[in-house]
Amino acid sequence: MTTLVIAEHDNESLKPATLHVLGAATRLGTDIELLVMGKGCRAVAEAAARLGVRKVLLAEHAGHEHQLAEAGAAQVAALAGGYCHLLAPATTFGKNLMPRVAALLDLGMVSEVIAIEAPDTFVRPIYAGNAIATVQSLDAIKVLTVRAIAFEAVMPGEQAAPIEVLAPVAGPAGSRFLGEELSPSERPELTSARVVISGGRGLGSKDNFALLERLADRLGAAVGASRAAVDAGFAANDMQVGQTGKIVAPELYIAVGLSGAIQHLAGMKDSRVIVAINKDAEAPIFQVADYGLVADLFDVLPELERQLAPGS
Amino acid sequence: MKVLVTIKRVIDYHVKVRVKADQSEVDLANVKMAANPFCDIAVEEAVRMKEKGWVSEIVAVSVGPAAAQEQLRAALALGADRAVLVQSAEVAEPLTVARLLAALCEREQPGLVLLGKQSIDTDNNQVGQMLAALKGWPQGTFASRIELEGDELLVTREVDGGLQTLALALPAVVTTDLRLNEPRYASLPNIMKAKQKPLETLTPDDLGITPRAHSRVLRVTPPPVRKAGIKVADVAELVDKLKHEAKVI
Repeated sequence: MTTLVIAEHDNESLKPATLHVLGAATRLGTDIELLVMGKGCRAVAEAAARLGVRKVLLAEHAGHEHQLAEAGAAQVAALAGGYCHLLAPATTFGKNLMPRVAALLDLGMVSEVIAIEAPDTFVRPIYAGNAIATVQSLDAIKVLTVRAIAFEAVMPGEQAAPIEVLAPVAGPAGSRFLGEELSPSERPELTSARVVISGGRGLGSKDNFALLERLADRLGAAVGASRAAVDAGFAANDMQVGQTGKIVAPELYIAVGLSGAIQHLAGMKDSRVIVAINKDAEAPIFQVADYGLVADLFDVLPELERQLAPGS
Repeated sequence: MKVLVTIKRVIDYHVKVRVKADQSEVDLANVKMAANPFCDIAVEEAVRMKEKGWVSEIVAVSVGPAAAQEQLRAALALGADRAVLVQSAEVAEPLTVARLLAALCEREQPGLVLLGKQSIDTDNNQVGQMLAALKGWPQGTFASRIELEGDELLVTREVDGGLQTLALALPAVVTTDLRLNEPRYASLPNIMKAKQKPLETLTPDDLGITPRAHSRVLRVTPPPVRKAGIKVADVAELVDKLKHEAKVI
């Protein structure tokens, strides 16, 4: 009984979500192997070998350079026969890849697993997190994506597992990578940050988001946004927190000028401490906030920044 | 090129769902239903492609109960040319839906299948990718921009960390993200005209597909409830609470 975890990486380093998926895999009580698909990514495999896995499988191929689903799914499907579970993070990478893998293998799939009750029984949120389903998989091989924040990350050890180089499998032609536009950020990654400050439509403009960013820098926080703020062009798409954006569960979540729609709450209501700053005392966000401050955010933000200044 | 666009009938996204007392499922009795918002975006995109002259025919497809005809009629009112309902009383699992759609693709031979990236009830985010796998077609998931250039579809995808652009050979499968477009509303004359448009009803049997169970829902429970918090009077009190009570800063 062996579980295969599919690594997410950028050909240079592993994405943190992979460490959490390995944490989930340890709950299954099986041996774990890790598949690294990419191009020029030997260093990723070497780092991954120290994560308590039995073996790292390395598949290098031009088609894997940009993690395209067509090549990736073909590679995973060709390997899958020997495993009881196939796991990947429920990030855009894993969500793109794993259903394709499952269908190639004629298997169902369980998305966004937040707890493992038994090797065939998994817990996952449905209806934007307003209900929790416990699902038993009836397939011989369980294909899962795992919500990273729900599981502890594994820590690298001293011992390095062997790296086995696989013959690359090319997927069907038809998909070509043209380019990408990544949002540069000096701040911690949203999904793994200890503190997240999110802004909504109440910020009023893109320039006002700078107020949040200054406060975020003071707290070492990541900056998130509601869908309304993204749609209004105040913040980039990849900052969206919610059912259709990123799911976060930081120690501290500060919601500024956002009402707290169901879809937004789905992305942050597992945060340990929630603070809401909103001038509308009836905003739904106050129903989940541990600390609520009914006030104008344009008064509150500079004041918070001042009070959090070093030495104050 | 013919486009197949898929529509799922789901609980309206404004509705606060309730879990049944016997923990069997979410209570859908007397609850407002609507087209899945991501499917609305797929329909809108198909209509825009037709308006640009890229698309000759739009076929709206739903796998669901007889009542899903309502959502198909809405798609016809927005500009779909005809509709197909694959009627299934039970909520089909994603792989079954994908197999049904693959069989329909055999019959219809579309150049493109447009789907929502996920339905807001089951939140699976699986069907489009599964369909692409079954057909051996390229996939452009989480699309926020679609352009036709020569015989390729350029799809800009929303990925963690930013945007990525792929060129897909046709036929292909594309799933829509929220920012792809802003769906329009149907006009009353178009709603009336939609009543005359063809709507065909099929069964999984007609398509030669036997649904299989890949999973079983053991129970559905409400999520843990957060304890009600307190309101603080000012910033000083907030900072004090965060430092000394919650100990998070």
